[in-house]
Amino acid sequence: MTTFSLPHLIGLEGMDKGTITKILDLADHFKEVNQRAVKKVPALRGVLVVNFFVENSTRTRSSFEIAEKRLSADTLNFSASSSSLAKGETLRDTARNLQAMSPDILVVRHGAAGVPSFLAKHINAAIVNAGDGWHEHPTQALLDMHTMRERLGDLEGKKVAIVGDITHSRVARSNIFGLVTMGADLHLAGPATMMPPALDELQVTAHHRIEPAIEDADVVMMLRIQKERMGNDLFPNDREYFKYFGLTEERLKLAKPTAIVMHPGPMNRGVEIAPEVADGAQNVILEQVGNGVAVRMAVLYLVAGGGLLSQREE
Amino acid sequence: MTKLKLEQVLMDGDAIRRALRRMAREIVEMNGGMNRLAIVGIHTGGVHLAQRLCKLMTEDENTVPPQGTIDITLYRDDVFIGLPQPVVGRTEMAFDVTGSRVVLVDDVLFTGRTVRSALDAVIDYGRPDCIRLAVLVDRGHRELPVQADITGNRVTTQTHHSVKVELMEDGFAEDRVVLYAKEATP
Repeated sequence: MTTFSLPHLIGLEGMDKGTITKILDLADHFKEVNQRAVKKVPALRGVLVVNFFVENSTRTRSSFEIAEKRLSADTLNFSASSSSLAKGETLRDTARNLQAMSPDILVVRHGAAGVPSFLAKHINAAIVNAGDGWHEHPTQALLDMHTMRERLGDLEGKKVAIVGDITHSRVARSNIFGLVTMGADLHLAGPATMMPPALDELQVTAHHRIEPAIEDADVVMMLRIQKERMGNDLFPNDREYFKYFGLTEERLKLAKPTAIVMHPGPMNRGVEIAPEVADGAQNVILEQVGNGVAVRMAVLYLVAGGGLLSQREE
Repeated sequence: MTKLKLEQVLMDGDAIRRALRRMAREIVEMNGGMNRLAIVGIHTGGVHLAQRLCKLMTEDENTVPPQGTIDITLYRDDVFIGLPQPVVGRTEMAFDVTGSRVVLVDDVLFTGRTVRSALDAVIDYGRPDCIRLAVLVDRGHRELPVQADITGNRVTTQTHHSVKVELMEDGFAEDRVVLYAKEATP
């Protein structure tokens, strides 16, 4: 009998293909739960999940909350504005206070990279990273891969283009680790100021123009230009960015006719994506949101320790 | 690790076939015909038995009853006590549960905990008029007040026994119900 467990989910770096596949398979089953008359199963009854969000987030937090409720977990929200961190408490003291509430699972969003791993060392609970600084956003990448797999089948050899601010994007980082592991042919494109150094150490192809990246692609993933994270010195202005890197209908014709267009949201229409493409037939952006709940249910179920998946006895 | 040692073959292929034929007729008789009848197999042991029962009823009554499959992994009461969990399986309920007369089918009735979970799972899909339980083997040792309405075979067992229904659909050479003794391996 083989068992499989996931103590925490900090990132996709170093996670093997088998584990990613198991999470995505489990998400398929939770998708079925989300289509029932009563969209709730008692799997996490009596489990306390604390949503510790020290950085603004609406959709990720809502998605986690729906996932928690559909698994019958008890939930508690700790957010940036209301938390004592705003009053000057150190992270270590906050961690101690969180520990005193004896949560079973802690879902963490923080502006600083490394906070989830720090908490994993100091709190006796399963930690799920909901995005930390420029580091990782593993559940977003898992839901992206789930959406791709649902539309395109096996990811092995599929050409995936990620376009935008690669350096400052935790979504891109998690997707790079995950997609390379799954065997996708990954192409990254962005202005030189937004491309990280040492990309050649990863098994990806880097471009400084959008066209070669999206040519014949199966997936075109546009990243949000995160104005709040970058200041004004990475590119001259929105119009210039759109002119060189925006996904227009014309450019999308370079990709395969069956290609899907993805965006982690929220979109800046007219900056990274043209409105016609954002509303076009090839976009799966709202599907991504729906799959997000199923993927997060799978992750929460696994880290809760219902997490021991096994093959049936022969 | 425990090892299973074959102790006795409780039912052979013929005995299973006869029991299922009787069970199919009893289900139809108890329901007063095929009206609103739905057959739901509990994953994994009940799925193939539910299919066989449906086939037999179809032969007798010339109507195909709606059929479903239910997986109870997410409804178990032992998720957090450290037992290895089975893989979450497919649940398919492609008929309207509300107002239907559901017959749950499982291979072996033991503690009754699986059936309790399955009742919760079915009710999450709607409000059936009634739910009945059909099992091929009742081996006793109940931990909950659950009883089968239709039973293929009742056997007396010890708690260290394991009763397995081995069907050709699952890759076995022949259909049989076997009593194994669990032995701790050194």
